[in-house]
Amino acid sequence: MNAYTAPEPLNRKFFTPGVLVLIVLAVNGIAFVFARIFFGLGAVTHLNNQYPWGLWIGVDVAAGVALAAGGFTSAALGHVMHRENYQAIVRPALLTAMLGYTFVAFGVVIDIGRWYFVWHPIFMWNGNSPLFEVGMCVMIYMTVLYIEFLPLVTERFMGRVHLKGILSFLTRPLERILSTLDRALGKTMFVFIIAGIVLSTLHQSSLGTLMIIAGPKIHPLWQTPVLPLLFLLSAIAVGFPMVIFESLLASRSFGLKPEMDILSKLGSMVAPLLGIYLAFKIGDMVIRETFVYLVTPTTASVMFLIEVVVGVIIPLRMLLSRTVLRSPLWLFVASSLVIFGVLLNRINTFIVAYTPPYSIKPYFPSIGEISVTVGFVSLLVLLYRVAVLIFPVISVHKEVVTPISKYSIRGSVK
Amino acid sequence: MLTTAAAAAPEFAHAGSSRIPPADRMGVLVDLTACVGCRSCEVACKKAHGLPTGSDNLVPSDVHVPERRRPDPGSLTVVNEYKSSTGSSPPIFVKVQCMHCDYPSCESACIVGAITKKEGGEVLWDTDMCIGCRYCMVACPFQIPAFQFDTALKPDIVKCDFCFQRRKQGGVPACVEICPMEVLTYGRRSTLLEVARKKIENYPDRYSNHIYGELEAGGTSWMYISKADFKDLQFPDLKKDPMPGTSESIQHGIFAYFVPPISLYALLGGLMWITKNRRTSEEEMGE
Repeated sequence: MNAYTAPEPLNRKFFTPGVLVLIVLAVNGIAFVFARIFFGLGAVTHLNNQYPWGLWIGVDVAAGVALAAGGFTSAALGHVMHRENYQAIVRPALLTAMLGYTFVAFGVVIDIGRWYFVWHPIFMWNGNSPLFEVGMCVMIYMTVLYIEFLPLVTERFMGRVHLKGILSFLTRPLERILSTLDRALGKTMFVFIIAGIVLSTLHQSSLGTLMIIAGPKIHPLWQTPVLPLLFLLSAIAVGFPMVIFESLLASRSFGLKPEMDILSKLGSMVAPLLGIYLAFKIGDMVIRETFVYLVTPTTASVMFLIEVVVGVIIPLRMLLSRTVLRSPLWLFVASSLVIFGVLLNRINTFIVAYTPPYSIKPYFPSIGEISVTVGFVSLLVLLYRVAVLIFPVISVHKEVVTPISKYSIRGSVK
Repeated sequence: MLTTAAAAAPEFAHAGSSRIPPADRMGVLVDLTACVGCRSCEVACKKAHGLPTGSDNLVPSDVHVPERRRPDPGSLTVVNEYKSSTGSSPPIFVKVQCMHCDYPSCESACIVGAITKKEGGEVLWDTDMCIGCRYCMVACPFQIPAFQFDTALKPDIVKCDFCFQRRKQGGVPACVEICPMEVLTYGRRSTLLEVARKKIENYPDRYSNHIYGELEAGGTSWMYISKADFKDLQFPDLKKDPMPGTSESIQHGIFAYFVPPISLYALLGGLMWITKNRRTSEEEMGE
């Protein structure tokens, strides 16, 4: 019935050559974060009065939120639709979303000029501002993700708290807190799971609303009133590819058997979702007659074509093929292309399409900006590794399939 | 004459923006045909706002500034030179500063509501609220708000404040006061529109029939008249709908009394309950 064991902490060593490379990249990024804090945005970034937003908002925040969509799409599949077969991917997706949003928050904090005022929106509201909505939703959703992760903590430590020396008197109270938490969470978790999905649909779409107010400053290929819908649809489409991508990478890194039975099924759901996104994207282009901008080769038209052809159409066609769905390598390639497409869409919408009226030279991110973005991604991967070694996140494929009868309930059949 | 403006007003009111600008708001009419490019307004502005004037102290300046500049944290207004397209006629000088929109994008965009359109027409920024996200700069169609990128601690958003302090004490904006050529006329916006129309009517050879800022982006407190086409003077070509209209309609649609999010919540909850029950009964029935 279920080919996977219950999730358990992996027993692997932390340090590998790859991990050392990630640590170097992370330290380099953090060095630039300190430079930004002590010398200001101008010292580290290529931002200026014409280009107030750059790589950090486009990639760390906008693309970061989109690529963390695996959390809410897999929660919808696993918890709302109650597809028990997919349980094995829900926890890894939750962990990725939790870490993803944490780094989105870091990205916001270093990008805003007065980072120590990041809490202002909680008390100072502007309901007209899509950014206010994004900010509030991301803050609440991040809290929800941490709450959703708590059962993994209670599961890991309940009955195993053994504090020594002077702290030993804390053992009993800690145990009591953990078991109370476990019972309370077990009963109320559905509230948070549904809230997480609602919050995600809200801010995933509102991220698209952000650029609407910039009006003619955004290239017509991307500037459309349905931008929020396109952002939501693309976020839903990229959720499962992100889960597949990350699951295949983790299997390889930890030497586990790829969960192909689940991943193939997940992959087969991507094509219809991508198809809906593509239909709206092309439909919008036809209705607004923006295809005229594709005739002349400009940066905008080339980037748009790469985004749609390489990032949507090619993976869509690939994911319709059974051979692709069954091969770990091809499934990995197709998922990577979908992720690339959504990443490029966010970069295009926030950076490439943005043409300020008095720009003298176009914006290109500085070494500092790129270092911070790369550093944050490295840090995220490192924390993911730490988390799966400590907490019960990953389910391992059973070597021997246990007889079904062991799990079936007897005696209640009418 | 005034009826045109009055007839246009209700059109804006239901164009998506939630606020209606105060009726007797003030404004400035900039007559570009009179400007000689002396840049004394730049210096007066710096002095009025306590900004360093540097070598600009020599007023009136005949120092030629060939490059096109933009307002920045050190100067809230700048005057740029545009060669006339016909070649023989003298160059045109354009003073640039915040337009003080009637439906400001920056006000609508600001995450904490730190930017507001006030009774007197001015659009002001509140330093105690600002978090430095720079969304106002992304939103502004005129690319006016500037940011202190080189300040590490408490960087400001900087832009023309319509000299609201001076005006509160009964004065006029510093640039208006200093201008030797009477390029700038300060007054009630409705009156300024009449003045502009009369000028265009009386001197059709001197002005083209376009008051920039009367309708652009839903109207602005600062308005311009000129002979040259405004597109040739790098004025953005904007429609008459207020810039925040679309995004505010979307925002208010999604959050109409929180009905859509709550409905979605209920729908998902119902779905979860149904699928869970079905699972349990299947498990009970099976095997």
